[in-house]
Amino acid sequence: MMQLRAETTPWLEVKDLSVSYKEGIPSLRDISFSMKQGEIIGIVGESGSGKSTLIRALLGLLPVGGQYSGGEITFRDRVLLRDSQQNWRGMRGKRIAMVFQDSGSYLNPIRSIGSQYVEAIRAHFPMSRKEAWGLAVRTLARMELDDPERVLHSYASQLSGGMKQRTAIAMAAALEPELLLADEPTNALDVTTQNEVMSQLSKLCADKGTGMILVTHNMAIAAHMADRIGVMLDSRLVELGDTLRVISNPEHAYTRKLLDAVPELEGNKHDQ
Amino acid sequence: MINDRSPILKLSDVCKTYGLKGRQGVQALQNVDLDLYPGECLGIVGQSGSGKSSLAKCVTHLEQVTSGEIWYRQQQITRLKGEKLRQMRKQIQMVFQEPAAVFNPRMKVGMFISEPLLNYKMMQSQQAIQETRRLLERVGLSALDADKYPHELSGGQQQRAVIARAIGVRPEIILFDEATSALDVSIQQQILDLLMELRMETGVSSIFISHDLAVVQQVSDRIVVMHQGKVVEVVDSSKLSSAANHPYTRSLMSSALSLRELKGKMQVRERVE
Repeated sequence: MMQLRAETTPWLEVKDLSVSYKEGIPSLRDISFSMKQGEIIGIVGESGSGKSTLIRALLGLLPVGGQYSGGEITFRDRVLLRDSQQNWRGMRGKRIAMVFQDSGSYLNPIRSIGSQYVEAIRAHFPMSRKEAWGLAVRTLARMELDDPERVLHSYASQLSGGMKQRTAIAMAAALEPELLLADEPTNALDVTTQNEVMSQLSKLCADKGTGMILVTHNMAIAAHMADRIGVMLDSRLVELGDTLRVISNPEHAYTRKLLDAVPELEGNKHDQ
Repeated sequence: MINDRSPILKLSDVCKTYGLKGRQGVQALQNVDLDLYPGECLGIVGQSGSGKSSLAKCVTHLEQVTSGEIWYRQQQITRLKGEKLRQMRKQIQMVFQEPAAVFNPRMKVGMFISEPLLNYKMMQSQQAIQETRRLLERVGLSALDADKYPHELSGGQQQRAVIARAIGVRPEIILFDEATSALDVSIQQQILDLLMELRMETGVSSIFISHDLAVVQQVSDRIVVMHQGKVVEVVDSSKLSSAANHPYTRSLMSSALSLRELKGKMQVRERVE
């Protein structure tokens, strides 16, 4: 991880980003942070704190009624907010990809996984169907799904939640994006499956030097994955720091509250 | 807490098979034996597909068991029907995972909570309104929330309202099926605190189902570990780390994410560097 951080100029920079919805209620207020290549940042907060809006804003995918009311996003050398729709489209999926909380519901139920997968790949890379299929099989195998061919031939309803989520992550990773945005990627999963998905995500980031912004409400997940943790409260980023510093010495009272809420197994409880 | 040693709810040799057309059925529950004692909170853990929810559905008669018996206080309730089943349901209430899916979107919260009170003819409507206010305040909501529609409440508030409805009819057993899994971690803690308070106050027996071992351990007296439709182990919550033997229980324990452990590891690493 060290050599990845050698680059000193910020790789992704967000400056005073504000987003509001139609009624004028601000959903993001003056968010600023920067990110180095290959870094993993965890954004933690309760529902309604604006954490999902933040990563949607980075991809230019605000929900209906949302608009940018100020600020700047720079990715590498491009100022994203001034880009046209055309340029956004070239960016999404290929250079910045996103994994949603409930990816199963984003899959088309009446088309096989394989046909959607191949379409997604071919939309970005000039490839024959056969080549794209081969790429799909390889990325699925990397996610440690047992039988990639079977997965590609099945429909969304025939897969379990964990398999769908892994398929979606594999799909997002297939194009080897530079930045991966993950919105509660393990929320709908069991504890055991959650750990598998998480370890595969970190492996992916380490292998390819992919940067990741991980949004979650669970401090424990962020702490296990991220290099740095940001805490959001009422549309503001109230704390941002190295993971160890945030979990061992939180500055904000709200961060402490989030830390205390993580359920712990009796037996590895330390005395406070 | 456990004063009376005869179980309030007893499952013996319960099996549940879901038939699939043209294929072999799925055995969701295989020879499950369980006892729930008065005032006890029994936790059930296991990953999805392990049969936890099937068990809950069989106990509340949302599904019929394929074979085996369910006893509620010396009385067999396995195949109850009609009015007897209706009266029995009053005693066993259930709280589900997704509060938003439980509500009728066009029914106000107050009506939602007072509905069972009126249906079971426990009180007149005036009195039910009073009782609804009391219940709302009991679960940490405001009495004014009775006039709101469900979508005006947040997920945590909705779950509180669902709990208010469940405790309203003064049941003897409440089943929580992943009742906090859809909520944020911080809200989850508030709901768990509420459950423990209610239990102290009313002495209600409960079954708490979750895939999160740490949560189950926090609320329950005994933990039942389920795997592929079978009960693989029953352990005392307080002795979990020392008494759990089954490899599956161990694997569940190791997959619980611990902040404390991580903090310790990171601090050690820091020192080495």
